Amino acid sequence: MTQPATPAHVPEILGAGTRAPDFALNATPDQVLRLSELRGRPVILVFYPADWSPVCGDQVALYNEILPEFREYGAEIIGISVDGVWCHAAFARDRHLHFPLLADFEPKGAVARLYGAYRPEDGTSERALFVLDGDGIIRWSYCAPIAVNPGADGILEALESLAGKSAPAKAEAFRGDAAEMRP
Amino acid sequence: MSDGELTPPVGARDHAAGPEDAPVTLVEYGDYECPYCGMAYPIVKRAQQDLGSRLRFIFRNFPLAESHPHARLAAEAAEAAGAQGKFWEMHDMLFEHQDALETEDLIGYAKSLGLDVTKFTHDLEAGTYTKRVRDDFRNGVRSGVNGTPTFFVNGSRYDGSWANEKAFIHALREAAQQSGRDTHTTAEANG
Repeated sequence: MTQPATPAHVPEILGAGTRAPDFALNATPDQVLRLSELRGRPVILVFYPADWSPVCGDQVALYNEILPEFREYGAEIIGISVDGVWCHAAFARDRHLHFPLLADFEPKGAVARLYGAYRPEDGTSERALFVLDGDGIIRWSYCAPIAVNPGADGILEALESLAGKSAPAKAEAFRGDAAEMRP
Repeated sequence: MSDGELTPPVGARDHAAGPEDAPVTLVEYGDYECPYCGMAYPIVKRAQQDLGSRLRFIFRNFPLAESHPHARLAAEAAEAAGAQGKFWEMHDMLFEHQDALETEDLIGYAKSLGLDVTKFTHDLEAGTYTKRVRDDFRNGVRSGVNGTPTFFVNGSRYDGSWANEKAFIHALREAAQQSGRDTHTTAEANG
């Protein structure tokens, strides 16, 4: 039932335990965001292929809807693609995005390459997710098949395990009053 | 990661159409204002007709409220109708009128379905089902919902195409056979 999605090459993204390479990229035409400025709280890095994906509820729009959940963990989320700042600005406005999109534009894909998340055959980044702890260490990473939106469950589980046992017991609360009733 | 496993599993709080012991349970996480969900709506209907009592269909709310400003209230309207025993009637009404989801439209649908409009309106205004819809959304995220519509077939996320109706129905028939609970194993299942 799963879509066959054989990648032309097997991406080797940076894994858990690695220090996240620092970078500075433009978030808007006149604002630069440096990763190390976000030390002290968890950071979610979302590499995605391109703005203007032709489906609603795509990966970026989905994360935008889930921001309140991410913020419960004090986490910052950052989107990164090879699109330029003006493209990001128009896309963010159109989709009412409330988190920054960084332009990995010049040299193209340089930050994606640092994280092992560049797709040379397409000239875009992979759909790669990284969750960093407050010290800038990668605690979880995942690369999805390019055609499959990875959703957010892995990110939330990673944030939850970062937060440890002291975190608010949300995971159970989600399950609500649902009684298990398998036939 | 949950690898796209439905959490929580189908249970008593769900709106279900079809027998509990059906060999296939299809769960949709959907948004009443999403055009793709609107496209999927008749396809699901035809799948229900095709599989008959072999299919149980469940709908859970996943309103993408930033993209679709009417989606959340529409979801609450379906829940409010559900509280009066008319969930599926309202569900169908909303998908058949995706371009008219203002509050007064919702109240009009409640009226035409013969609901207690005072109670219905109160439920919308008081946000009686706000938490219910939010809970659906949150557990959808936990289950790996990655957009709308997202389908789960017998508890696992379906990453194939639903827009290809033939392939979708074929996948459902296959899931029925693989469930080991399908008594219906005629040539039709190969179609």
